[in-house]
Amino acid sequence: MLSNPVVEVSNVTLQYKTPDHLVTATYRISCNVHKGDRYVILGPSGCGKSTLLKAVGGFIRPVTGTISVAGREVSEPGPDRMMVFQEFEQLMPWKSVLQNVTFPMLAAGKFSRADAREKALSAIEKVNLTKFKDVYPHMLSGGMKMRVAIARALAMEPDVLLMDEPFAALDALTRRKMQEELLSLWEQHRFTMLFVTHSIDEAIVVGSRILILSPHPGRVRAELDATKLGFADIGTRKFGELSHRIHGLLFEDVNSSTTLAASN
Amino acid sequence: MTIQHEFPSKMERPDQQFTLVDATAVGEVQRRLPLAERLINQDFTRRAGIIVVLLLIWELYARWVDNPLLFPTFSDTLQVFIRDLADGTLLERTRTSLRPLLLGYIGGLGLAAILTSLAVSSRIGADILTTLTSMFNPLPAIAVLPLALIWFGLGTPSMVFVIIHSVLWAVSLSTLTGFRSVPETLRLSGRNFGLRGLRYIGQILIPAAFPAILAGLKIGWAFAWRTLVAAEMVFGVSSRSGGLGWYIFEARSELDTARVFAGLLTVIIIGLFVEAVIFRVVEARTVQKWGMQR
Repeated sequence: MLSNPVVEVSNVTLQYKTPDHLVTATYRISCNVHKGDRYVILGPSGCGKSTLLKAVGGFIRPVTGTISVAGREVSEPGPDRMMVFQEFEQLMPWKSVLQNVTFPMLAAGKFSRADAREKALSAIEKVNLTKFKDVYPHMLSGGMKMRVAIARALAMEPDVLLMDEPFAALDALTRRKMQEELLSLWEQHRFTMLFVTHSIDEAIVVGSRILILSPHPGRVRAELDATKLGFADIGTRKFGELSHRIHGLLFEDVNSSTTLAASN
Repeated sequence: MTIQHEFPSKMERPDQQFTLVDATAVGEVQRRLPLAERLINQDFTRRAGIIVVLLLIWELYARWVDNPLLFPTFSDTLQVFIRDLADGTLLERTRTSLRPLLLGYIGGLGLAAILTSLAVSSRIGADILTTLTSMFNPLPAIAVLPLALIWFGLGTPSMVFVIIHSVLWAVSLSTLTGFRSVPETLRLSGRNFGLRGLRYIGQILIPAAFPAILAGLKIGWAFAWRTLVAAEMVFGVSSRSGGLGWYIFEARSELDTARVFAGLLTVIIIGLFVEAVIFRVVEARTVQKWGMQR
C-alpha cells in the first residue's frame, strides 16, 4: 500500500568528536519517512535528534548504517534536502529577501534566472512577505526571518524539508502563528518534512508521525501516529491522552531529564 | 519559596477603559529635524569641523612660536603646497609613489587571498598561515629592506617587495579572523545549498566576513603608505625621480621645513581621501546596507 519511503534511515549510529571525547549521539536508529509525512523527531536534550537531522542533511556521516533520500544514499550536503535552522543567522545578511530565496536556486543550477525569480516571488507571497521582498534581513523581525527561511527552502522544491527546532527561538505568540502557517502551507503543497522538536505539544500539533528517542545515546523508543490531532484538539481528552502517553515514554526510566519542555 | 499575597482583596481593582486623548496638539507625528541638527548628524560635517579646528590650532601655535625653521605656519605650508602643486612637482612625486604602492598593495591582497583560501580549506593551511603571520607580522618592513636591496637592487621591485611584506600579513590576519567568526548556521546553510571550494569561499565566507576584511584592507592601505614613504627616504637618493618620501627628505636636507610639511600634508590628504571617500562609499554600499556594521 505504501510507496517507497522518501527518507530511509537504517541502523544508524552517529558519533562526533569534541577535543577530549568521542560522543555517541544516536545508536542504531531506524525509521522511514514517507511522501507527504510530517515526521517529527521528539526527544529530550542530548538525545541526538539534531545530530540525526544533520546526518540526513549530509553534514555528518554515520559510523554504521545508511541514510538514503529518494533512493540515493546521502554522502554530502545538497539542495535536495533543504534545511531550516533555529538560528536567524541562516539568512545571508548581504542579500535582500528576494535574493535570499533565489540564492540556493541559482547556486544549485536547478532553475533558470527567470524561473527562479518567479518561483521565489510566489514562495514569498505564500509566506505573506511580498511587501518586504527588497528588504535586507536585519530589518525583519524574528518571525519574518523564519518565514523567509521557510520560503527559501520550499521554493527549492526539495525531496524533504529538514527543520531543526525552527520555532524554538521565537516568542510564544509568534511560534503558534508560525506553526499554523506551516500547517497551512503543508495543506497546499503536501511536502515531506522532517521536524525536530523538544516540545510535546508542538510535536502533536505539527506532526503526523512522531518518533520518540531516548537520551544518551539516542535510541528509538516509539513511533506514534498523530495524523488526526491539530490545533483544534488542544485541550481535548484525546490530545491530553497522547501527550500523557508521550510524556510517560520519555520519562519512564529517566527521572533526571527535567530539561524537557513539556509545553510550549 | 512561594510568594504570599497578604491582602488579596485589596489587590483587586476594577477594569478601566479610556477614550483616546485628542493628539492633534502634537502636530505632525513625523517632523523634520532643524537644518543645524541634520548637519551635525552628518559624519562629514563633524569631521570637517574637527579638521578646521586642528588647522586653526596649528596656525595659532606656529605664529606664537614664530620660528619658520622649526614650525612653519599653516598658511606658509599651504603656499608651498599650492606652488609645488601648480608647477607639477607634487603631482609628479605622487605619481612616482603611487605606482609601487598600488603594485605592492594589490600584490599583497592577491597573496593574502590565496593564503587565507588555503587556510580555510584545510587545517594544515590554517596552521601554516597562523605560523607565518605570527613570525612575519611583527617584522618591520624597513628591516626587510636591506634584504630586498640585495635581492632586487635599487628600484621599484624592492619597493614592491617590502610593501607586499607589510600588507600581506596584516590583511591575512584580519581576513582569517573574519572567516573564523562567520556564524556556524550560515556556513551550514551555504553547504546545504551545495556550495563547495572557491564558490563557498566567494559566495558565503567573503561576504559574511566582509566587515573584518574591510578593516584589514584599511589597515593594509595605511601600512603600505608608511612602508613606501619610509623606503623612499632610504633609497630615493640614488633614483632619478623620487617619490613623496624623497620629496620630504630632500626638503629636510635643504632645511625647507615648510616644504617638509607640504610633503606630509600631501600624504595626509591622500590618506583622508581614500578613507573618507573610497572606503566610506564601499562601507555604505556593503556592511552598512546589510546591517552588519553601524
